[in-house]
Amino acid sequence: MPIEIDIAHVARLARIELSERQLADYRAQLGVILDHAARVQELPTEGVAPTSHPLDMVNAFREDIVRPSLDRDEVLSQAPDATDGFFRVPPSLDNE
Amino acid sequence: MTNPADLTLVEAATALKAGDQTSVALTEAVLTRASLTEAAVHAYLTIDRSGALAAAEAADRRISKGRSIGPLDGLPIALKDNMMTRGVETTASSKILAGYIPPYDGTVVARLREAGAVFVGKTNLDEFAMGSSTENSAFGPTRNPWNLDTVPGGSSGGSAAAVAAGSALAGLGSDTGGSIRQPAALCGLVGMKPTYGLVSRYGLIAFASSLDQIGPLTHTVEDAAIVYEAIAGHDPLDATSFPGPAPSGTERLGEGVSGLRVGIVNELSGEGIDDEVLAAFRTTVQRLASAGAEIVELSLPSTATALSAYYLIAPAECSANLARFDGVRYGLRVDGGTVDEMMSRTRADGFGPEVIRRILLGTYALSAGYYDAFYGQAQRVRTLIIQEFARAYEQVDVLVSPTAPAPAFELGAKTQDPLSMYMQDICTIPSNLSGHPAMSVPVGLSATGLPIGFQVMAPALGETVMFQVAAAIENLSDDIGRPVLEVVAS
Repeated sequence: MPIEIDIAHVARLARIELSERQLADYRAQLGVILDHAARVQELPTEGVAPTSHPLDMVNAFREDIVRPSLDRDEVLSQAPDATDGFFRVPPSLDNE
Repeated sequence: MTNPADLTLVEAATALKAGDQTSVALTEAVLTRASLTEAAVHAYLTIDRSGALAAAEAADRRISKGRSIGPLDGLPIALKDNMMTRGVETTASSKILAGYIPPYDGTVVARLREAGAVFVGKTNLDEFAMGSSTENSAFGPTRNPWNLDTVPGGSSGGSAAAVAAGSALAGLGSDTGGSIRQPAALCGLVGMKPTYGLVSRYGLIAFASSLDQIGPLTHTVEDAAIVYEAIAGHDPLDATSFPGPAPSGTERLGEGVSGLRVGIVNELSGEGIDDEVLAAFRTTVQRLASAGAEIVELSLPSTATALSAYYLIAPAECSANLARFDGVRYGLRVDGGTVDEMMSRTRADGFGPEVIRRILLGTYALSAGYYDAFYGQAQRVRTLIIQEFARAYEQVDVLVSPTAPAPAFELGAKTQDPLSMYMQDICTIPSNLSGHPAMSVPVGLSATGLPIGFQVMAPALGETVMFQVAAAIENLSDDIGRPVLEVVAS
């Protein structure tokens, strides 16, 4: 069964503005890749725990000590728009 | 006399110590080599001539006073451009980060700096390390110094090409699915991926955090072991960093393979592998047997599913990691009426097609309704692969396979078919999923004069025996020499 992909929804979730043409191309390519990737479903994995970290490690903690951080002005100098010590962005809501 | 640009790290360090070379002369030699080869090879995105020469002068002052700070002091090294370098542009080969000047050094960069290394510059890669040919760079492809019509492999193709061409004595790469080992194989170098967690990822621009590891690309196994030892070790700035001591890389280099058990992974040494690569693989296994190794054939059936699991796990993690490139804190911004519009336009314009493909794939695999069938299942398959490797390592000391399925291919040969490009990594991906160390050693040349690599894999924290076997293979193999570049010869 070919895999159904609501590619416009996925692109919206990923915050990538794509044309209809691009969406169609990516949907076709993702279909081929997912067809291959779906082979993971052929292996029996009942009772197998998922791995998120390849070594058997638990949480790493450190002492809660105040340390110098990066220089604010140096960091903000790399931002596309900054003012008064803040990053500046367009409004998050439409004005309408 | 050998051109200083063609020395190994060990040879160069010996010459520095003896007073036969200076760091400035070594650095000038690789910069001169780069000036001859870069128009054709394009290994570098940025060459930091003044920074490199200043570091070289400082190293010479230390060395002349008898205060050398170790085996890398004064040696010119190339850094993949996904490693943060304070004050030097770092782009990960993406338009979205063009012009970005990091405010800090990544841990590996800081450690090499403290060890006295001289940074020649930042090398090209597939955008955000996603690719196997270095063709997915926003700033143009890199070419393989062995044959300029072919790719150097990827994603660390720039570092591999720089070392192969002699425009650095060694390089650092990063390996998420084979991105150090495959370019090492295609460029005739040694390339090594450490055990996950042994080398800090702090200041490495993240692709897939549970798979990424930094490692060396060098001419010899000993050089790789020396660079590995300089960069490995616990780092509190990386929460996934291994808290114990890093295993030695150099301890058993001369000890040979007599009495060691070497396992051939059947699933990685047959179907889909080019005839010449298989022949070179079998010859090398034969040589290991003659040198006293016990050869064991093993089946690891779940490795056949590793590529599928990888192409769910890596894109899923990349879709989360690359969410940070949104036009707010650094890099490109494309204007929009709302913050959402600004972000969506910035990301559409700033990312290349392969990066967008993987972000979409990962977003889909993580989205509601599909998570368990794709991402969750891939993580369970990953557990099966780890268990299979663990059982294999009860029977053998190391596992071996070819590194790449074929020698270097021509530019453009695989760019229209993502899946055929992904197949480049079938032999290397299992070690990323398992977190185990693995490395590639050159073992010969194809009929058309292209390098062929041989992969050695070891259990977690098994670096010492892995380097031991790799050094033995290097000794048993014919020296493939160096690529001949007309621009240098003339």
